[in-house]
Amino acid sequence: MPDASSAKISFIMNAQAVQIAPAHGARLSEVLREDLGAREVKIGCNAGDCGACTVLVDGAPVCACLMPAMQADGRTVETITGLKATELAVDIAARFADHGAAQCGICTPAMLTSAVALLRVHPHPSEDQVKDALGGILCRCTGYRKIIDAVMGRAAVLDGPKDTVGAAIRHVDAAPKLDGSLRFGDDVAPVGCLEMAVVRAPFAHARFSLGDIAGFVAQHAGIKAVITADDIEGENRFGVIPDFADQPVFAVDKTRFRGEAVAAIIGTPRAVSELLKDDFPVTWQELPSVQNVPEAMGFGAPQLHLSRKNNVMCGGNVTCGDPDGTLEKADVTVTGRFETGFVEHAYIEPEAGFAQVVNGRIEIHACTQAPVMDQEALATILGRPMAGIRIVPTAVGGGFGAKLDLSVQPFLALGAIKTGQPVRLCYSRVESMQSTTKRHPADMRLTIGANRDGTLQGFVFDGDFNTGAYASWGPTVANRVPVHASGPYRIADYRATSRAVHTHNPPSGAFRGFGVPQAAIAQESLFDELAEKLGMDALDFRILNALDDNVQTVCGQVFEQGIGIKACLQALRDVWKYEQNAVQKVNNAGGGQMRRGVGLAAGWYGCGNTSLPNPSTIKAGITRAGDIVLHQGAMDIGQGANTVISQIFAKALGVPVAAITRVGPDTDVTPDAGKTSASRQTFVSGNAAKLCGEALRAKVLRKLNVGDQTVLEFGTGGIAVDGDFRLKLESLPTDGDGYVFTAIESYDPPTKPLDENGQGVPYAQFGYCAQLAVVEVDSTLGTTKVVRIVAAHDVGQAINPLLVEGQIHGGVAQGLGMALMEEYIPGRSENLHDYLIPTIGDVPPIECIIIEDKDAHGPYGAKGLGEHVLVPTAPAILNAIKRACGVRMTSVPVTPSKLLHAINALKGES
Amino acid sequence: MARYFVAHTLEEALDVRTQGAAEIVAGGSDYFPAKSHNKPQGDILDVTRIAGFSDINETNEGWRIGAAVSFSALITAPFPPAFDGLKQAARQIGSVQIQNVATLVGNICNASPAADSVPVLLSMGAEIEIMSRNGPRQMPLGDFITGVRKTALMPGEIVTAVLIPKMPESVQSAFEKLGSRAYLVISIAMVAVLVEVAEGRISMLRVAVGACSPIAVRLVELEGELIGKPIADLDRFSVTAAHLAALSPMDDLRGSANYRLEAVAEITLRALRRAAHA
Repeated sequence: MPDASSAKISFIMNAQAVQIAPAHGARLSEVLREDLGAREVKIGCNAGDCGACTVLVDGAPVCACLMPAMQADGRTVETITGLKATELAVDIAARFADHGAAQCGICTPAMLTSAVALLRVHPHPSEDQVKDALGGILCRCTGYRKIIDAVMGRAAVLDGPKDTVGAAIRHVDAAPKLDGSLRFGDDVAPVGCLEMAVVRAPFAHARFSLGDIAGFVAQHAGIKAVITADDIEGENRFGVIPDFADQPVFAVDKTRFRGEAVAAIIGTPRAVSELLKDDFPVTWQELPSVQNVPEAMGFGAPQLHLSRKNNVMCGGNVTCGDPDGTLEKADVTVTGRFETGFVEHAYIEPEAGFAQVVNGRIEIHACTQAPVMDQEALATILGRPMAGIRIVPTAVGGGFGAKLDLSVQPFLALGAIKTGQPVRLCYSRVESMQSTTKRHPADMRLTIGANRDGTLQGFVFDGDFNTGAYASWGPTVANRVPVHASGPYRIADYRATSRAVHTHNPPSGAFRGFGVPQAAIAQESLFDELAEKLGMDALDFRILNALDDNVQTVCGQVFEQGIGIKACLQALRDVWKYEQNAVQKVNNAGGGQMRRGVGLAAGWYGCGNTSLPNPSTIKAGITRAGDIVLHQGAMDIGQGANTVISQIFAKALGVPVAAITRVGPDTDVTPDAGKTSASRQTFVSGNAAKLCGEALRAKVLRKLNVGDQTVLEFGTGGIAVDGDFRLKLESLPTDGDGYVFTAIESYDPPTKPLDENGQGVPYAQFGYCAQLAVVEVDSTLGTTKVVRIVAAHDVGQAINPLLVEGQIHGGVAQGLGMALMEEYIPGRSENLHDYLIPTIGDVPPIECIIIEDKDAHGPYGAKGLGEHVLVPTAPAILNAIKRACGVRMTSVPVTPSKLLHAINALKGES
Repeated sequence: MARYFVAHTLEEALDVRTQGAAEIVAGGSDYFPAKSHNKPQGDILDVTRIAGFSDINETNEGWRIGAAVSFSALITAPFPPAFDGLKQAARQIGSVQIQNVATLVGNICNASPAADSVPVLLSMGAEIEIMSRNGPRQMPLGDFITGVRKTALMPGEIVTAVLIPKMPESVQSAFEKLGSRAYLVISIAMVAVLVEVAEGRISMLRVAVGACSPIAVRLVELEGELIGKPIADLDRFSVTAAHLAALSPMDDLRGSANYRLEAVAEITLRALRRAAHA
């Protein structure tokens, strides 16, 4: 029979007949993306685990990454690009926009495509039908609930026509997410450009030597170059915190974690794809490694960095009052030890991008949360001035902290310099999971005391954080944890200490909450134990001890306003009472096997850097045509910075959001708005946007010589005042950017350093939250199903309530994953079928209660939110499990195996 | 230069299998994930277009499910109640996208201990139909899978169908899957039950467990103990360690060996009750 390898196949692609000769064994996804330019088909895992590549073949959803391209022959293939013009898809896309159901947008083409397939058959699907239809697509941002609402056609609540601060409006950048045109890290490289494969360590700790590289290049047709540490003209060292920068771009002689890079191979796409695992000349010698903190600090343990004795990188400390003495005098004390594992960010977009040399400058197009930090780090690595490096961020398919650190960027830059040609790199899922940062595993011991009346009396916390092989954000975690480990409570006598300890693991870095979610698991679990011991209601106990205006925090900081924790807790009172009764009824009726429980937890989170400057700058201008141009450099990674910054700026300038044109992010075009991290963009960049809008407005008002209350309208060549055309712009002089009026403003939150006892002003504002979880535990199988979450969040002022809900939903889903299923184990869960994140069937209905206790420093009173959202989720679930089946789980994730073991142990005791 | 063969007839497919070591690909849902690092290098034989391979036929002996029949096709097929367990398993394999391409025969030939369809087919007494230049042969599923990722398929052979013997309408079935999340989840353990109840008593029973041994196994002791008993006995029956003696579960990411044994006892009971009362 004929070999079809060289044969052309024909199929109908989005209503057009196409002919193509796929490479041997090519996946349909590759052919669609690379040969047919269908970059709306996203690759998240290449294993059928994430569903991002879903397309319709003869109307049926399939993962394009699992289908041999040859199987498309004679069939019909549809992607969102083809579907988007259909009436059904237009309708669903509008519903997605109305519900904010697309955040980062990387899963959106697949979600929409699958939704179309479902709605063609079932125009009015049940919730279960929606879940079954979309169960094969992972989303890491939204928590799925908004997607379910959109597909089911549930009503959305949008505001209008007023669209600035306080208005629930669509994401301003929703359209390209919904029509498949948004371009992510791997979507922007020139077609057919050189590609790269990174050579990585196969062991946790190893010595290595590189062989005959010139020979390797010569022997492999299509391989153009290999880059190693020898190609680095600046420093072979990077790190997000300058004093701790310790990570090589390419390891020299020794590697310190499985997946660490030692070289990168550059060649044509075909040559790179045909490389075999053992082709590259490197010899490895495995060395003894340390996997956890006790091993790392043990006698004779291998030392990762000679200057860091006993593998201890750094520590943190906050002390006030007399914690030990007070604990001794307390009527009641509780003590506990809690452990958490590595958690993977599991954004659906792996790290990707391309670099090129343009007029002698290096241009990097990649997904990132911190363009200017990338630029600074590359300047050091490449030994070039910052002006010689341009960072043009692509859309970011989820970040959650890990895209703050460099990943593909130095490899791409070095590759482009070495070859003089554009070079492209997209991490495989395994590579992404092996080599990028993780949430710190924590081992926390604490004792908390109280008097009979329930008042807290003494609190001592000590935590070890496994910081992996390199510093990354480990120092930030070590600092943040002691400041936050008290939770949002008044505690006069307190000591919290932390250590960040190196091990032979991927660097632990930033992950939504910087160690605070781990500490909250310990503190909020033990609060329930304490309340139980006191015979107090868990909610009353928290309200009694809640922090308040004019009460010192554990850092000695006093806020005169804006402490909304009591309001958050009080907002849960009715549902707390209701669910306690409801749960009891269900349990009494159920006969014992399925046990329901309800749990509570609270949290707080300081917005912005801890006692360090972190200014944001926003620029804007008015063109001669009357266009308002906002230079918005705060990375929108799906959380909605583009929308929120626009709403704040619009309010300050006194125009509708719809009147604004955004440009950026691009280090050539947008001033530094800092990193998207620390829940700082709404607060810090929002303030800069407010100042910028106000300054621009002041300039216009001055020129027009009109008063503050004037209503301005911009457009069609001029400015109208209170409805009357007043100023023609076309003849006015412009600056270098072409602006008649321009303003650039910065904001840096007022903080003060912490002294040796951690006393000072770590943050200008905190956000507050309390959540309630209802779970159902199958006490004979150990499985836990979360059936309801109610989340009360004090956001100061909701700039956009729709986006607030989106953040809460997404954070809750991540907290649920951390509580029940997520644990990264190097070498064992390096893919998305062994590392489990919640699917659409795992996230329960989430009700949001938005509390607005305005903050004096926030723009229009707004507080940050992004990280707060998952702080209380895991402990609320753990507390609910305790009430469901009597078991206090002290380590997460609470897998069925662990929970059943604990349930049986409890039975054995009683 | 590696070749990609698209067979349209069994003859063509056997030609390719006879000539060399082409890997057989149907849905691709196991084939590609196993090659996530490198491009496929060897010859590929695509069996999805072979005439008759996508057919489900009722014959005098029972049902014949072609080697390219997907799980989605099984879900919508007009099977008798004995196939309910198979449909329940099919609906829980991966996701809709996977079910639309992944084949029953592929699931068998991949020979993963966690293959959801295997315990169901064991309980149904499935046979594997194999063809080669030497003619057809047929063997019980239990003999076809010989170990973890190992089967009795010889060079030159190709699996053409799964054969399921005829069963009366009164035979009922159920499938219980235990996983750590709602979708896209590899089973911690799963149980398939096939039962016939006559005059309130269990007249026929087959129970098979997957993901708790290198190859899914029948719980023959348990079956023997329950056959002849009134179904009401299931209400106070419990599955003991002795019933599960054939299992040899492992500790892995998804659960400990002990957990698997405990959980299997429970899901077996649930599947028994569900099947008996179906």
